Amino acid sequence: MTAASVFAITAMLLILGIFFIIIINVNTAAETVKKDYNTIEVFLKDNTPAAAVKAAENEASAWENVKTVKYRTKEEAMDILKKRWGDSAYLLDSLSRNPLPDSLVITVSDLSAANAVAEKARGLQGAEDVKFYKDTVDKLMKATNGIQIAALIIMAFLILVSVVVVSNTIKLTVLNRSEEISIMKYVGATNWFIRGPFLAEGIVIGAFSALISWGLVTFIYGRIIARIGKDVLSVISMPLVPNAFLSVNLLCIFLALGISIGAWGSIISMRRFLDT
Amino acid sequence: MIDFDHVTKNYRTKVGDNIGLDDVTVSIDKGEFVFLVGPSGAGKSTFIKLIMKEIDADSGSIKVKGREVTTMSNRQIPIHRRNLGIVFQDFRLLENKTVFENVAFAMEITHQTKRAINRQVPQVLSLMGISNYAQKYPGELSAGEQQRVAIGRAVVNRPTVLIADEPTGNLDPDTAWEIMQLLEQINQRGTTVLMVTHAKDIVDKMKKRVITIDRGRIVGDMQGAYDLHKYDISGKHKETESFRRVGGLLNRNE
Repeated sequence: MTAASVFAITAMLLILGIFFIIIINVNTAAETVKKDYNTIEVFLKDNTPAAAVKAAENEASAWENVKTVKYRTKEEAMDILKKRWGDSAYLLDSLSRNPLPDSLVITVSDLSAANAVAEKARGLQGAEDVKFYKDTVDKLMKATNGIQIAALIIMAFLILVSVVVVSNTIKLTVLNRSEEISIMKYVGATNWFIRGPFLAEGIVIGAFSALISWGLVTFIYGRIIARIGKDVLSVISMPLVPNAFLSVNLLCIFLALGISIGAWGSIISMRRFLDT
Repeated sequence: MIDFDHVTKNYRTKVGDNIGLDDVTVSIDKGEFVFLVGPSGAGKSTFIKLIMKEIDADSGSIKVKGREVTTMSNRQIPIHRRNLGIVFQDFRLLENKTVFENVAFAMEITHQTKRAINRQVPQVLSLMGISNYAQKYPGELSAGEQQRVAIGRAVVNRPTVLIADEPTGNLDPDTAWEIMQLLEQINQRGTTVLMVTHAKDIVDKMKKRVITIDRGRIVGDMQGAYDLHKYDISGKHKETESFRRVGGLLNRNE
């Protein structure tokens, strides 16, 4: 019976842990993206005179919500591109001429102002095109929120299910010992005295399950990082949250959850027997 | 010691209310030995359950040792019950515990020290005449011996009242009589004893106060023996509630 409880809580925590890791990673990614994409790139027409560029730079600097304005030559842009392409950068060497335009890189202090700034930037002298990522970031944030809410609902549901499973398991133990409990009550045992051993059982079951599932999740996530961590880094240019950081937090969360589920389950299962 | 003042208790069922106790007023003094008799379903169990606060009265006041039971909070019930030792017809011993442990169990529950337990339990076992069985399990004992263990468990915390619910119901006459002597001994040490029984011979022989209950009312309260002619309480079989009701109707039609 105890095995069934341990199994149920472990399974629940395992799934919970996976969701937790996903949420943490999505969150971290979203934060990074937010930081990276609060820039607006204003591409300049070829052969824009230096004076005009300077004027545009000064003008943009004076706008509200603008943190910095930086002039980026086409050579600098090429360097950045080469860096990003990494091992494949040699392909760019075969280009006969640099096709990239010069640009002004405007960093906004507040992402919500990006639209207005971008609109103004279109009117700058020499501006050919304006590129910014607000829409992308917005979509990403929305998706992140959605994932978080869905995960929270699933987690709440899982917790409920495991409480029910645990309380039913303990109820069977309690039923087995109902004679003993009724005698205890006749002799004048307080409810907490009667509850004590069952509560302890619930807590031990919860803590034990927490340790098992923590071990499993940490192990699995470690393998995931080892296997695809590098690929993820190159695809979305962002590292996965390191295991060492996660595992300590996970252990605390798992222990807290496991123990409360075990305790809660046992208290619920005993309520009926302690009524009178 | 135990004071019932206009106590009424009805049990609500789908087919209407069943009377448990109907306007019962009675007092039992400290140190008394009282028999509670009456036919099955008369309200004897209700009487005991109300004292234990296993159930709540609909109206009236119940005092035990001067303390009102009816308004007692759930937290006070365990403390209240430590004043009351209880013995059942079916002993209700824990099969997986030895005789010593069964008695010690009652003391552990009230958070008493190991030293107190090791001092007091042997005393009680000796008083009950079962010292030799301390390390045996209930399954290895005769019915009479098991009831001695149960009584030991009930008195080990020195309750002011010992409630015995048909304690001789499962025993042969000789053994029953031994148990009665044990209860008498306990009573002489100052414990109030309230015993529910169907055993006429025992009641007559003991010459104690007898309270007779029928259909929730006290119909007799006298010293000595109970009125054999008025109430036939010989039936040890369990009548069902409906059976009793039909009986009541027939009686009324006579």
